[in-house]
Amino acid sequence: MELDSIYTELISEHSRSTEHKHHLECPNMSLKGRNPSCGDEITLELQVEDGYIKDASFVGIGCAISQASTSIMIDLIKGESVAKARHLANLFLRMIKREELTEDEEEELDEAFALKNISNMPARVKCAVLSWHTLEEAFKEVEGKH
Amino acid sequence: MNNTVKFKADFPLLGKPMGNNPLVYLDNGATTQKPGEVIKAITEYYDSFNANPHRGAYELSIKATDIYENARIKTQQFINAKYSHEIIFTKNATESLNLVAYSYGLSHVGAGDEVLIAISEHHSNLVPWQYVCQMKGATLKYIYLEEDHNLSQRDIEEKITEKTKVVAVAQVSNVLGLINPVKEIVERAHKAGAVVVVDGSQSVPHMAVDVQDMDADFFVFSGHKMLSPMGIGVLYGKEALLNDMPPFLMGGDMIDYVEEQHTDYAPLPAKFEAGTQNVGGAAGLSAAIDYLNRVGFEYIEKQEKELTKYAISRMKEMDYIELYGCDSSRDNKTGIVTFNVKDVHPHDVSTIMDAHGVAIRAGHHCAQPLMIYLKQNATCRASFYFYNSKEDVDKFIEALSKVRGVLGLGA
Repeated sequence: MELDSIYTELISEHSRSTEHKHHLECPNMSLKGRNPSCGDEITLELQVEDGYIKDASFVGIGCAISQASTSIMIDLIKGESVAKARHLANLFLRMIKREELTEDEEEELDEAFALKNISNMPARVKCAVLSWHTLEEAFKEVEGKH
Repeated sequence: MNNTVKFKADFPLLGKPMGNNPLVYLDNGATTQKPGEVIKAITEYYDSFNANPHRGAYELSIKATDIYENARIKTQQFINAKYSHEIIFTKNATESLNLVAYSYGLSHVGAGDEVLIAISEHHSNLVPWQYVCQMKGATLKYIYLEEDHNLSQRDIEEKITEKTKVVAVAQVSNVLGLINPVKEIVERAHKAGAVVVVDGSQSVPHMAVDVQDMDADFFVFSGHKMLSPMGIGVLYGKEALLNDMPPFLMGGDMIDYVEEQHTDYAPLPAKFEAGTQNVGGAAGLSAAIDYLNRVGFEYIEKQEKELTKYAISRMKEMDYIELYGCDSSRDNKTGIVTFNVKDVHPHDVSTIMDAHGVAIRAGHHCAQPLMIYLKQNATCRASFYFYNSKEDVDKFIEALSKVRGVLGLGA
């Protein structure tokens, strides 16, 4: 296994970034995600208005991979519609499950595409998908309430 | 040839590379590797002696019964139990602990009673007791830690009371690697009228154990942490207690007579061994005990102590390493070294070490309440066995020194 293909500069930078790591002032959605294999826990906070994600942040503890993946995800979904965010989460999870993506879909994932190599490391897959799963669950929960 | 080279040659897997590196296996607390003669004992059983023991009146079944029952006698001698029928074979220590919790716990713990365990217990010696207390309206109490991570002497002295019905404690913590004063705990518990369950998963593979001297009421361990295959474990219980307990699993082989509305249970040990057992696993356990006896616990303890001392001294030279349970004021440290690398999550540490062929454990080690108590989300753990060498420690330290660099952090 090549460490360089996992701990790339992009991932290492995102893992140390604190840009999105804080509480929101007035979140209207907040969901905990837990990785039972290591006990890591993040809380995703969203401010959703008129079907758009106005603001997003997270708090919690995690490894470099889960923190980077969360930071990249928030970069991507902030300002986007809920539908788009769910679409991206779906793409990301498909990528990690090693499903074929089209070139356009890969492009849509933007920086998150850098996490593709994690799909070759079964022990770390859960770290990469933690925040994306949490995002999916958050919207599923809202859907359930309507 | 020095000793470790000689021992390593007995273990087929230890000679195999991990990626492009020779394997440095330092996760012995999770499971140990198996020597060729243990693997051979298992295949020999299936090659030449496989039949369902205790049943058929034909030669093969009698041979299988012999192998299984001889493993029981060997285990009895290994931990110095009084009778071989006090040895119950299970799947692993977890099943043994569940057996005690379900069978003894649910029938002897009542509302208002207390169960006392250590905060450092593995989930397998914690969750079953939580369940018993919830079911019976009892209270689960904890022995917390001293500053040096040994069990709090004050808690041992004050929390065993006439309300205490069960004290459940590991002889050695799987995270802190410190030997607990089980003999003293047993003495105090017996005075208060409580029984003591000792989890020997991290002690039996590494030190001579005498259950009669310890006077434990129940003692459990797993075969796979002491050179045996996975799927064979042991419960030792005092004869009188086991006789008094209801069976845990029911079915074939654990009965004397079954009528439409009534069953007479078989005497010990069959009462607690329902269904076809892991005879191949017992054959492996038997061979493992032979192997360990040949190496000798004097050597095992000495080697592990030296490796641990050396590893800790090297790690203390690295100012970004935080150690847990490594500063005991007593001479009671075993071959488990738990640590964190500053600013790096344990899973990243483990992945990076793996790229150098070094296998260590990262996570909560099935001890989440202890992690919370230590205010750590997770930790890394290197655990040694007698076949590890000083060179293994050197490779471990070398890999460890590269971790922070990979993540773009300064050394």
